[in-house]
Amino acid sequence: MEQILAGVEGFMYPNEVELQWSILIVLYPFITGLVAGAFILASLERVFNVEAVKPTYRLALLTALAFLLVAPLPLQLHLGHPERSLEMYLTPHLTSAMAMFGFVYLWYLMVVLVLEIWLDYRKEIVLMARKSTGATKLLYRVMSLGVDNISEESLRIDHKLGTFLTIVGIPSAFLLHGYVGFIFGSIKANPWWSTPLMPIVFLFSAIVSGIATVMLMYMAITVVRGGKIDMPCVDTIARYLMYAFIVDFSLEMLDLIHRVYEADESFKSLDFMVHTRLYTSQVILQIVIGTIIPIGLLAMTQLIKLTDGARKGIYSVAGCLTLIGIFSMRWNVVIGGQLFSKSFLGYTTYKMAFATKEGLLPALVLMVLPFVILWVLVKLLPPWEEEAPALSDGPGDGI
Amino acid sequence: MRHLIKDKEHLFRMAALFVAGIFMFVILRAVMVPKGFGTLGHYRPGALEDNAKKTPVFAGKPACLECHTDMVEKQKGSKHAAINCEACHGAQGVHATDPEKKPIRPDPKAVCLVCHTANVAKPKGFPQIDPKTHMEGGPCNECHAPHHPEKGPEKPAVQEAKK
Amino acid sequence: MSEAKVDRRDFLSSGGRFLLLTSAAAAAYEHVLAGAPEKAPNYKTTEHWWAMTIDIDRCIGCGNCVRACKTENDVPIESSFFRTWVERYHVEGTEMERPEVDSPNGGYDGFREKYKAGEGSKDFFVPKLCNHCAHSPCVQVCPVGATFVSPDGVVMVDKAYCLGCRYCVLACPYGCRFIDPRTETVDKCSLCYHRITKGLTTACCETCPTGARKLGDLKNPNDPIHEFLKNHKVHVLKPQMATGAKVFYHALDGSVR
Repeated sequence: MEQILAGVEGFMYPNEVELQWSILIVLYPFITGLVAGAFILASLERVFNVEAVKPTYRLALLTALAFLLVAPLPLQLHLGHPERSLEMYLTPHLTSAMAMFGFVYLWYLMVVLVLEIWLDYRKEIVLMARKSTGATKLLYRVMSLGVDNISEESLRIDHKLGTFLTIVGIPSAFLLHGYVGFIFGSIKANPWWSTPLMPIVFLFSAIVSGIATVMLMYMAITVVRGGKIDMPCVDTIARYLMYAFIVDFSLEMLDLIHRVYEADESFKSLDFMVHTRLYTSQVILQIVIGTIIPIGLLAMTQLIKLTDGARKGIYSVAGCLTLIGIFSMRWNVVIGGQLFSKSFLGYTTYKMAFATKEGLLPALVLMVLPFVILWVLVKLLPPWEEEAPALSDGPGDGI
Repeated sequence: MRHLIKDKEHLFRMAALFVAGIFMFVILRAVMVPKGFGTLGHYRPGALEDNAKKTPVFAGKPACLECHTDMVEKQKGSKHAAINCEACHGAQGVHATDPEKKPIRPDPKAVCLVCHTANVAKPKGFPQIDPKTHMEGGPCNECHAPHHPEKGPEKPAVQEAKK
Repeated sequence: MSEAKVDRRDFLSSGGRFLLLTSAAAAAYEHVLAGAPEKAPNYKTTEHWWAMTIDIDRCIGCGNCVRACKTENDVPIESSFFRTWVERYHVEGTEMERPEVDSPNGGYDGFREKYKAGEGSKDFFVPKLCNHCAHSPCVQVCPVGATFVSPDGVVMVDKAYCLGCRYCVLACPYGCRFIDPRTETVDKCSLCYHRITKGLTTACCETCPTGARKLGDLKNPNDPIHEFLKNHKVHVLKPQMATGAKVFYHALDGSVR
């Protein structure tokens, strides 16, 4: 307690001294952002017929699923009474943005991702069920819901339905992450959060982080598997990453300029915070290292003719910096929004624990977990066509 | 026509799973939502009783005056007349329920200073003293009757005995 | 009967005559205690609409309310958990936007003198508590209905239903909520619901020596709160939040936030 009080500068309402939302709540928008972004990248290929990004389509879907499965865990861990979380479904309070989480999540998980992946992979699932034996066979049989039919007509129907789901999925992805932004943006008591731009900023930063993740994963996995990176594909993704990033950065700058110019009652307090307690994470990590440098790097690949190797290097660096920048942005929103007093007269400090329920350790575990899930998913449903079972006995390529 | 249905069989099975899921959710809701939830507003009405059932720790002046009947008269006309007993004597809910449980008598050196120690932030008209200079912080009740400070000491007998 | 004897009886008298008296009182008090709302037919939630008035000109910063509240409501004793607390303001000249504010241990131990008189500054105490807003942002954001405005106008927590998600803590503009580390659920001023439903006033008002804080029932036409509101210029905290706050301050300075 004294330790926390020692981190207080100026005046805080006594109940404000301890932070309520920890690093786990930083992870939550970060992870859902990756989901929404990865899905939007996948839908580019399907709905907007961007052929170049096709090699990443299935990987993007599986990545989205892996992260989405982990998304509620930080929330669950953070609750004082995790065993009561079902109440969100039983008695959702319609005026609460948070109450909608359960439904938005279930909709997105079941109707959009699981269904779309299932339809897309159904042929492979059936073929695997035919080919394999024992427990594996049973698993694929269950996944195929016991239906062995992969006739041309059935696959055509699957494809049509899948495209429809993708179209539904795009607004759903917007909803999922725009909604996460609304959770913060709708809190009128907190001027750091309360802006109608928040959902849009969250959405675009989500797209940015999702695209960067899929790009990095695609390059890393291809290298690990000893394959050849499809450069037109990566070039296209990197271009989209840059476009999305420019929109995201413009929106954030718009928000900043607006705040500076309006300079309302909270401005002095927030300005001081950005120049002191948030300086490293906001100015250095988020804006300089995590936004300006990667945008510059990506722009460079557009302006200067570079070798494949150089571009690969630049994309990797830009992708990593992007993720650092977006993570910092989530940090600055969630943690930054609690460091200043609502009296605008003081500041507190966030002291992150390590091996506690809301410490750094569970956060790290939660960040590794999606990759473990993805590994299992990739084993179960290989996103690479050359590894998929022989396709000779069925028409089409399953997309 | 038949093969059309056949080609959609997997979709029907998936749909059936979704319907089963929704059905389970409806059942779960019916079983698990607390009784009466939503009848008064979006909350559990039992929460009102939960909040109301605690036993008061401070008995309240009316309960004190049930026994200490002379206190109204004692405080009458004083600046302290409107002060409730437990403002100085502390929480007496236990004593009010079981009069055998005796309260501790407030320390006349400390209790008055809670209010009357000088502080710039106090309203200007409020009587304030600096305990260092005002009678060397001696027991206040030697000069002021706690229940009627405008009068002299409440118990000259005690005072004299001390001297 | 000598005066000394009377005095003793005030505090710790024993003796036959007193026993008779006290047993009668105990019976009377039990009657008060019996009044849980469902048991007390004379308390109807729909007949009340609770509010509070706070007169800054009367607050002496003694901390009685803070101590009484912690005792009455079993609030964790640590200095970051308060259902009510007192702030001291020190405003120099025209420094309306930069007042110096402190609240050592929420005012629980009173306030040591910190400033000198006659320096051209303005000093005063501001007691704070839940404003029991009619359009409460904390109620709005609760995802499950574990916090709500009761029919008698008290913003209340259902501790058996609260998830501990802390959204309400962040949504309160006044910093009136905290997480009770013992129950992992949110806690806040209940306006001593267990007292007001039994005809008592809140613990803070009961122990306020100067009458700076007064509980009022806006639905009771005979409640003195109506006279107070009629005869005083009052203010609520952060009116720009439009929360329908029901704690009305008289003589509140513009520097208070």
